Amino acid sequence: MLQKQQEKWQKRVTKRVWLNKVFHSLFFAATTVGLIFLALLLYRILTQGISYLDLDFLQGFPAPYPEEAGILAGLVGSLYIITIVAIFAIVIGVSTALYLEEYAKKNRFTRFIQSNIQNLAGVPSIVFGLLGLTLFVYILHLGYSLLAGGLTMSLLVLPIIVVASQESIRAVPNFLKEASYGMGATKWQTIVRVVLPAALPGIITGSILALSRAIGETAPLLVVGAAAAIYTLPDSLLGSYTAMPIQIYSWISRPQEEWPLVAAAGIIVLLVVLLLMNTIAVLIRNKFKKRY
Amino acid sequence: MQKLKRLAFLFTFILIISALAACGQGEEDANTDAGDTNTEDQSNGDNGNSEEKVSGTINLAGSSTVFPIMEYVTYEYNKVQPDVNTPLESIGSGGGFKRSTKGEIDFSNASRPIQEEEIEIAKENGIELLEVELAYDGLSVVVSQQNDFLENVTIEQLRDIFIAERGNKLWSDVNPEWPKKEIKIFSPGHDSGTFDYFNEVVLEENPMREGEGVTLSEDDNLLVRGIQNDPYAIGFFGYAYYAANEDSLKVLGIDNGNGPIKPTFETIQDGSYEPLGRPLFTYINAKSLEEKKEVQNFTEFLLTNAGAASEHVGYVALPEEEYQSQLAELKARYQ
Repeated sequence: MLQKQQEKWQKRVTKRVWLNKVFHSLFFAATTVGLIFLALLLYRILTQGISYLDLDFLQGFPAPYPEEAGILAGLVGSLYIITIVAIFAIVIGVSTALYLEEYAKKNRFTRFIQSNIQNLAGVPSIVFGLLGLTLFVYILHLGYSLLAGGLTMSLLVLPIIVVASQESIRAVPNFLKEASYGMGATKWQTIVRVVLPAALPGIITGSILALSRAIGETAPLLVVGAAAAIYTLPDSLLGSYTAMPIQIYSWISRPQEEWPLVAAAGIIVLLVVLLLMNTIAVLIRNKFKKRY
Repeated sequence: MQKLKRLAFLFTFILIISALAACGQGEEDANTDAGDTNTEDQSNGDNGNSEEKVSGTINLAGSSTVFPIMEYVTYEYNKVQPDVNTPLESIGSGGGFKRSTKGEIDFSNASRPIQEEEIEIAKENGIELLEVELAYDGLSVVVSQQNDFLENVTIEQLRDIFIAERGNKLWSDVNPEWPKKEIKIFSPGHDSGTFDYFNEVVLEENPMREGEGVTLSEDDNLLVRGIQNDPYAIGFFGYAYYAANEDSLKVLGIDNGNGPIKPTFETIQDGSYEPLGRPLFTYINAKSLEEKKEVQNFTEFLLTNAGAASEHVGYVALPEEEYQSQLAELKARYQ
């Protein structure tokens, strides 16, 4: 009787172990799918683009000849754009998050704002382009300029920054805040000296991910006037400009077979910039995480 | 910790690369500066007959089909007149007219003639647009090299294939001798001038088939790839995209009642490839042309170089005298 019971028990254990193994390998397979495609993408881009990637490419302007074409105007334009986005979107985004988390009363109106911000994060980017066209280009008379492009991108990533900042502000342990209040600190002092430093890694990570999105977007910039061929760098905030994705798109859609290779070289530059930004995000997060 | 070290290494590595690039750029700037002064010196030297230097900004926007021609011209122009800024946007013919009819740009590139309502809007805003023909393109109807039943089509057959309400889904529905296979259509998107042109001359504004078996894309290379390996696919786009993929695509002769004619440089230039041979345009803002020196200077450069530009990028140049007569007409407005 006992033996029978034990056999049965043994059987169930084997089955459970086996099931565990199945799911283990299933999940591993799922992970590799992503990795395989990433590797394929990198391999294709690198083999195609490396032949056109040299110093001349980094210093060149768009050109009708593949061997003379370069990405400088796009690279500089993209860096200007993310600088503008960093200034406007992060300041406004973090302020919004602080208001919603620390000051606003939790009533129906706040919840309404809250869910709208989350919805905004899912709005197609072209819609933000049209908004930027009406608001910045026409109503504020900024014209088809670098500033209009940068501000449009700021609108696009603002919801992402707000949501990410809110999450990390909310994650600041309550006892830290209570200790601060207990010492007689005001709300403002608590926010500046306790909440913000503790939430900083999350805020910065969210912000840099948002900037990474801004640097890769094409559609809104097409609407607010990024040029596909331009031979000068932007000379002021109201000057004409271009950005890396616009350049890459312009190259990839041409008939002659050399152009996709030039586009691949452009994609490598874009990937390096993205990688650089994500690296900074990781470094900052690690540096600040140790303090709390 | 190990991971952090690696990241730090990668970070410094990339920093060094970008620093190198920045140094290189400094040199390059110095070089081009030197080059500029040289050309200026030269032009000062033979001041009597040389081109005068102009400066300013010329805004160009519009058709992605015309874009390569304009990119070539602005690139070459920038070598001669480095002080003129020529931002060129590729936003489609319709997008270009939206801006030019408000007077926002000086040159509006288009792969179709301006429409009646666009002229109306321009009039309301007090804008006059001057049409200039830059090149010809032969809108090419293509199938895969693997297709063994199609060589030529009549315009009527094209309508049978593309128009929705004729209800033909299989090749055999159009012609019983053709295989009993599904027709796969690859067409430029509805915002493009190329589609507009096809829509006007072939479909005559009847809605094209949509949904299953139909792929729309603004990226012509995607259409090329779709058609290449599918013997039952058909599509259309600019001649340059066929010319660059001649070994995998088969271009169809178009029969408009006078026997089939395939697009070639000759048939496109002499107009016998009809009705799908089409001119490519740019529309100049008349006020800019009359008042801005840099626009006049650029217009002259454009019409002297448009022929070479069209050939370089795979379109067909107009006969030389047509560029000259258009230029003479435009010159009459400001001289």
